[in-house]
Amino acid sequence: MFESPFAMREKAFAAIQVIIDELVVETGARGILVIDRVGQLLSRTEKMEEFDTTSLASLAAGCVAATGGLARLLGEKDFPSHFHQGESGSLYINRVDERGILIVFFDRDSSLGLVRLRARKGSAALAHVFKESQKENEAKSSPEHSAFANITDEEIDNLFSD
Amino acid sequence: MSFINYAAREINCKIVYYGPGLCGKTTNLQYVYAKTNPDLKGKMISLATETERTLFFDFLPLALGEIRGFKTRFHLYTVPGQVFYDASRKLILKGVDGAVFVADSQPAREEANIESLENLQTNLVEHGLELSDLPWVMQYNKRDMPDAMPVEEMRKLLNPTGVPDFAACATSGEGVFETLKGVAKGVLSNLRKMGI
Ligand SMILES: Nc1nc2c(ncn2[C@@H]2O[C@H](COP(=O)(O)OP(=O)(O)OP(=O)(O)O)[C@@H](O)[C@H]2O)c(=O)[nH]1
Ligand SMILES: [Mg+2]
Repeated sequence: MFESPFAMREKAFAAIQVIIDELVVETGARGILVIDRVGQLLSRTEKMEEFDTTSLASLAAGCVAATGGLARLLGEKDFPSHFHQGESGSLYINRVDERGILIVFFDRDSSLGLVRLRARKGSAALAHVFKESQKENEAKSSPEHSAFANITDEEIDNLFSD
Repeated sequence: MSFINYAAREINCKIVYYGPGLCGKTTNLQYVYAKTNPDLKGKMISLATETERTLFFDFLPLALGEIRGFKTRFHLYTVPGQVFYDASRKLILKGVDGAVFVADSQPAREEANIESLENLQTNLVEHGLELSDLPWVMQYNKRDMPDAMPVEEMRKLLNPTGVPDFAACATSGEGVFETLKGVAKGVLSNLRKMGI
């Protein structure tokens, strides 16, 4: 079966933003991203805007996929969190659920212990938002809510009309 | 698995270029990257070996335009074609919305093409997908090679079900955008079918 698309509406985005804005303060991190397992950016805190977050999202998802692959080869279900330590900046990556990934970028103003502790709480809150969001989408998956159900071949062709 | 952002009115889809080693997957993306307006593309990322063979994937984010007020974005990925990178290929297929199979027209690569197409089918099954569920297109690449197999022959061998197919030369760019449009259309039509 084809995996149904992952859709998110305004309410879910707003809830995610609140969670990561709080988390970034609580951890003293430089920035936070939330992405999906396929590598699409869902949300970011303000200071992450200076980075190429599209590329970051794709590489972090690749990294999580590769780490998960390693885990399965070793008979583990997953390595749900991992940590990359740099000279000044470090990255803590935590799998939220089967759809989302939380990424915390921090430096010496914070610590791994603190980030790990708070990220666990933040991930649980994010997982809850994803679940609610999915419920809402299932409720709204009727034709009058769908954006693409009656697009025409012509509209699709027009996308390429240059 | 496409991602629909109702807040930003954006839809993101994932397209994977698949095919045997050295068939020209990375070259396809490089050409698209080189010829796309800077406003419409992000950075191209290549995780490659020192000899420019794809090690994990290439990634290129592209914006195509609007449909019903939704910005359509496509994330293009290539897999590493070398046989022993199978574990990585499997991972990259996660959440795929559409695929391009890049076949190498050189007769010496006939078997490699068939094996790679079978490998795509096997790896899709691991994600609970059949090739016939997936919007995909076939590209016969390296048409400029003097010994290129006739397209008819390749079609019989690799495309018996008649998905849209394109002759290409990725180094000169011939057929590259036609292929991309072909798969993007397939993906959007599939969204319509799913009633998104
Ligand atoms: N003559 C010719 N050469 C091509 C064409 N397309 C690609 N090549 C060349 O084939 C070689 C391999 O191309 P890549 O794009 O790196 O191949 P790939 O499929 O990404 O290979 P892997 O990453 O190992 O899977 C390069 O030297 C390209 O320049 C083509 O249409 N014609
Ligand atoms: Mg390559």
